[in-house]
Amino acid sequence: MSTEARAGHFPAVDWEGGAFPYRVGHRKLGMWLFIVSDSLTFSALLIGYSYLRASNVWPTPFPFYPSIVFSSVMTFCLLSSSLTMVFGVSASSKGDKAKARKWILATIFFGAAFIVLHLIEWRHLIHEGLRPFYLPEHWVQAFTTTDGVPPSPLFGATFFAITGLHMFHVATGAVYLLVVAARVNKLKHEDIEISGLYWHFVDLVWMFVFPLIYIMSVDVGHHAGL
Amino acid sequence: MTAHAHAEEHFAGSNKLFISIWVWLVGLTLVEIFLAYKPMPIHLMLIVLLGLSIIKAALIVAYFMHLKFERLSLILTIVPMLVVCIMLLFVFFPDSFRSAGLRYKFKEEPPVAPAQVEEP
Repeated sequence: MSTEARAGHFPAVDWEGGAFPYRVGHRKLGMWLFIVSDSLTFSALLIGYSYLRASNVWPTPFPFYPSIVFSSVMTFCLLSSSLTMVFGVSASSKGDKAKARKWILATIFFGAAFIVLHLIEWRHLIHEGLRPFYLPEHWVQAFTTTDGVPPSPLFGATFFAITGLHMFHVATGAVYLLVVAARVNKLKHEDIEISGLYWHFVDLVWMFVFPLIYIMSVDVGHHAGL
Repeated sequence: MTAHAHAEEHFAGSNKLFISIWVWLVGLTLVEIFLAYKPMPIHLMLIVLLGLSIIKAALIVAYFMHLKFERLSLILTIVPMLVVCIMLLFVFFPDSFRSAGLRYKFKEEPPVAPAQVEEP
C-alpha cells in the first residue's frame, strides 16, 4: 500500500508528519519560541543588573510619590490590559469579531496609558539629574556610605536600559494590536490568540521589572544599610 | 475536523476565571508595595518579592497565555529549557560578592610614613 493510500486509511500519528504534535499551528509555536528567546534577553539584563547591584553601593532613591505611585498605576494598567486582551481572545474564539476588536482597542488604551505614565516618570528622573552614567549630585551625597564609598553611577544605565527595552516592547505591542484590530475580520482566531500571547508576555516581564527595579529601590529614609 | 481547525476554535476558560486571576494579580502587587515599606533584611525581601513575581508570572502564563490548557508536550518543550537556561545565567553571579569586597575605602586613614631614623 502506498504512503498516500495509508494516510487515507489511518489517522495521522503525532511525530510522523501531517499532524500537529503540539496541537498548535506553526505561527503560534513560533511566537512561543520568540517569547522564550525574549525571556532570556530580559533575564540576562535583570541578572546583570542584580550583579552590579550586589557588587556596588546602590542608591535606593525612589520616593512614594511620584515613583512608586506611578509605577503601581502602570502595573495596574498592564494587568488590566492583559484582562481585556484575554476577553478579546475569548470573544474571537466564539466568532464575535466586533467584540474582540473592542476589547483589543481597550488593551491598546491601557498600553498607551502605561507608556504615557512611564514617560512622565522618566521625565521626572531626568529633570532630577539622572543620566545613564551619572547620578544626581544630591543622590551621591545621600547614598555615600559612612566609609566614603559613593553609590554606583550605573544606576541610570540599568534603569533606562531595562525599563526602556520594556517600554519599546509595549510600544511595538500596541502597534501590533492596532494592526490586528484593523484586520480582525480577515484574521483567523489563532492569529488573534498569537497577538495576545505577545501582549501577555510584555505584562509578564513587568512582573519582574516592577519589584526588582522599583520596589527594591524605594527610599525608606534610612541609608545605613547600604 | 482536522487537528489544526480544532486548535483554532478552542479557547478554554471563562471570563469569571480570568477576572479572578486578575484580582489575584492585583492583590499580590499590593502585597509587594506593602512589603516595600516593611523594614526587613534585603535578602529576605528579595526572596519574598521574587517568590511573588514567580507566582504572578505562573498565573499569567497558565491562564492568560493559556499554557495550562495546551498539550503537555508543548509545556515540556518550552518551560524546562527556559528554566535551565536562566539557571545557567546565574553561574557567574558569585563573582559579584568578590568584586564588592575589592572596593577601596576612600576615607581610611592614609598609611603613615615610617619614622625616619636619625643617623648618629
